[in-house]
Amino acid sequence: MFAIFKTALRAIRRNILRSFLTMLGIIVGISAVIVGVSMGAGAKAEVDKQIASMGNNLLIIFSGNMSRGGVRGGFGMSPTLTDRDYETLRREVQGLAGISPEVRTSAQVAAGNQNTQVSIWGVSADYADIRSWKFQSGDNFTELDVQAANKVCLLGKTTATALFGEGIDPVGQIVRIKNVPFTVVGWLAAKGANAFGSDQDDCILMPYTSAMKRLSGDTKFRAFNVQFASAEVLTEVTNQIAAILRQNHQITPDREDDFSIRSQQEMSDFANASNRIMTLLIGAFAGISLVVGGIGIMNIMLVSVTERTREIGIRLAVGARARDVLRQFLTEAVLLSVVGGALGIGTGYWLAPLLTKFAGFPTLISNSSVILAFSVSAIIGVVFGFFPALKAANLDPIEALRYE
Amino acid sequence: MEPIIKLEDFRRTYRNGSLEVHAVRGVTLSIYPGEFVAIMGASGSGKSTMMNTVGCLDRPTSGKYVLDGVEIASLNRDELADLRNRKLGFVFQGFNLLSRTSALENVELPMLYSRPAVSARLQRDRALKALGLVGLADRADHFPNQLSGGQQQRVAIARALVNEPRVLLADEPTGNLDSRTSVEVMGVFQKLNEQGITIVMVTHELDIASFAKRKIVMRDGVVRTDETVAHRSNADEAIAVLEAEQKAVHLA
Repeated sequence: MFAIFKTALRAIRRNILRSFLTMLGIIVGISAVIVGVSMGAGAKAEVDKQIASMGNNLLIIFSGNMSRGGVRGGFGMSPTLTDRDYETLRREVQGLAGISPEVRTSAQVAAGNQNTQVSIWGVSADYADIRSWKFQSGDNFTELDVQAANKVCLLGKTTATALFGEGIDPVGQIVRIKNVPFTVVGWLAAKGANAFGSDQDDCILMPYTSAMKRLSGDTKFRAFNVQFASAEVLTEVTNQIAAILRQNHQITPDREDDFSIRSQQEMSDFANASNRIMTLLIGAFAGISLVVGGIGIMNIMLVSVTERTREIGIRLAVGARARDVLRQFLTEAVLLSVVGGALGIGTGYWLAPLLTKFAGFPTLISNSSVILAFSVSAIIGVVFGFFPALKAANLDPIEALRYE
Repeated sequence: MEPIIKLEDFRRTYRNGSLEVHAVRGVTLSIYPGEFVAIMGASGSGKSTMMNTVGCLDRPTSGKYVLDGVEIASLNRDELADLRNRKLGFVFQGFNLLSRTSALENVELPMLYSRPAVSARLQRDRALKALGLVGLADRADHFPNQLSGGQQQRVAIARALVNEPRVLLADEPTGNLDSRTSVEVMGVFQKLNEQGITIVMVTHELDIASFAKRKIVMRDGVVRTDETVAHRSNADEAIAVLEAEQKAVHLA
């Protein structure tokens, strides 16, 4: 085995330039695989981080049916979720860790001589926990604030900066929203952009009662945010919620739901869909270049078999069996492709951080992609080296010895 | 004594399109251990075809070939390869050494394919011993292009001997060598033959054939004459004669 390996190595070294050019196809293909997969993985890690920033064990129940064709994305346009739904869900669903209705409006907010356009979220006191909001200072509003529709609010980092300046604690200050003065009770810690690219910190949270009565005049919710107790009860909680809402909304089995329940997993899948397409596309290009690289190896191996016909004849004459010759040429092809693969992996390792640095693409090289790339290159060697090796093994010794 | 090579009504026919070429048409002969046989004949006489079969590179179309008690007509490709490896050593006209491969590794080559496998250490020892036998122990790490024609042929002989074959087969071993080197190679053959190695050699040079003990002449695919060499040349004496001639040329 060692002798075969040595012979193969010698044959490759003998034509070092040719061997390198042959490997180039594999190098390009494998580095494309590494970079492509790392881009996909990097983007996915980013999205997952953003999805995780939404909170744990999260379900969101939207008004309207998002899966119905034509009105997709129309959730919240004609809200269907009511106060009664909220009370029933809160009372009857087993396995809830928290639930919050959600209304949203947008308004000009002023403090002192500064003002800014902000998204205002009307939510319950559970919301900050459900969505994993941390407090930089101050504290959450209370259940009492909700019941009394008190004029209190929490400021996101971006909004606080816009109104009060960088790093200045807004707790205790007054902000005017549509000329209604609200007291800032909490300053939210930064979360960054969400999976769809918008700034989560540019917001004001307040009791939903306050938002509905004092600002928007809405009577229905656009969504419920639900935190379930543990991953095991996800399906059960989902089913309970669906059953209750259908009953409340008097939806018979033959009609479509007027709400939709989305889990974090689904949101992450949705956000990752475009990454998947990108990864697939790069994968396809990498695959094509690997096939081309494989054909290059096959081509050069065929040339090599022809050039070395006499050598094969000598080996056969001194007692090499067909399988010995097959193994030798196969080893050579696999060595070419595996060395090419290793160089490709190295190139990928070198390119991926450059891509992050200069193009701002998040990249993440996983061990599994390296193993995949390496296996693929070995398989290419076997597949594309087999035919030339078979040709060598089946040479007639007399003809081969006579070959000039 | 059993013959080591036994041909019985051996025939080999090639099909060239619709044309049948009868290269060998009925040869019966036996070669016994310890013989040194020269096979002569013009090109097209069938001597190469016969050597290919004797060398287990080819099989008879009809008739029998028994090598060291094994009937080869029924063997498959791998079994033939195995026989070549264990029982035969080849020496070719064009040396057929692997280029850019040291003399030692060239000699080790047949052992790569030996079964049971030979350890790397034993391969080296045996290859060095074989090189010693042909007087090239000190050239073990030379590459073929650093050796003269005669030295290359001696490396090839060492390669043929390394697996201690029953028969050494030489196809025009002196065809690419000058007369002095040819005689030297014949000297190696004679010495090996004295040590008991059976040699079968194809040549078309009468004076080379005269170093053998037995001479078979073929023509048109059959054996014409098969006789003991009457006035056998001795390589050592021949070299002495050549040196004397050279000296004479020098003086004149």
